[in-house]
Amino acid sequence: MPQPPRAGIDPLDLEQHRPQLIKFAMLQLRNATLAEDAVQETLLAAIQSAASFAGQSSVKTWLVGILKHKIVDAIRRRAREQPLELTDDDTSLEELGAVFKEDGHFLDPPTEWGNPEAALAERRFFTVLERCMEGLPKNTARVFMLREVMGLETGEICKELSITPSNCWVLLYRARLALRACLEQRWFGVGARA
Amino acid sequence: MKVWLTCREATRLISEGLDRDLGAVERAALRVHVALCDACTRFTAQLAFLRRAVREYPGPDDEPKR
Repeated sequence: MPQPPRAGIDPLDLEQHRPQLIKFAMLQLRNATLAEDAVQETLLAAIQSAASFAGQSSVKTWLVGILKHKIVDAIRRRAREQPLELTDDDTSLEELGAVFKEDGHFLDPPTEWGNPEAALAERRFFTVLERCMEGLPKNTARVFMLREVMGLETGEICKELSITPSNCWVLLYRARLALRACLEQRWFGVGARA
Repeated sequence: MKVWLTCREATRLISEGLDRDLGAVERAALRVHVALCDACTRFTAQLAFLRRAVREYPGPDDEPKR
């Protein structure tokens, strides 16, 4: 028999996670009101279902799990009211001139990252990752977060945001190029943490 | 799809391979390029790591409050 769920979670314990939840929601929604609403709904849902919190994950992981659903709901609502408007800037690959030479070679080839897995145990690494994600252009960030943080398939993302698959792939490609370079510069690169 | 990809073309396929099934010709061309290119070998591993890191975001819990 599994252990009975840990009864009751103190709402004050939940409240202390609010700032981090807001930051998480802001990354994807890029709108303070929507982010606060999603977090508010999350905390209310958490209080209502506190009895079902099994204590198998940390409270934070549990809250983030609820918040992800609230964020996807918010994105769906907003996509209906206000479709994503892609500009040429969003989908062009022009700016890759900063990454590749004319002949298609890297300007600065990726460097050796050693054992990157070790970074996953460090809170500071995730702060850097967060900064890098905050630096993505809005539409690029939205598609990237839906794909990688929420784990939606590109088919669903296209449908939710009414964009074509090829635009979706270009946005994801650009997001990954930018994040890879950002992590190299700020974390893995020689002297990044000096 | 041509047989010899540039790094620019290869990295795009590496990224798209995370989002859709590549065709047989694309896969073959990519395999040839990556086998000969250290930069794109690293790039492949780094994108896989990026995916893993973002899935684990927001990361480990903060220090417990005292």
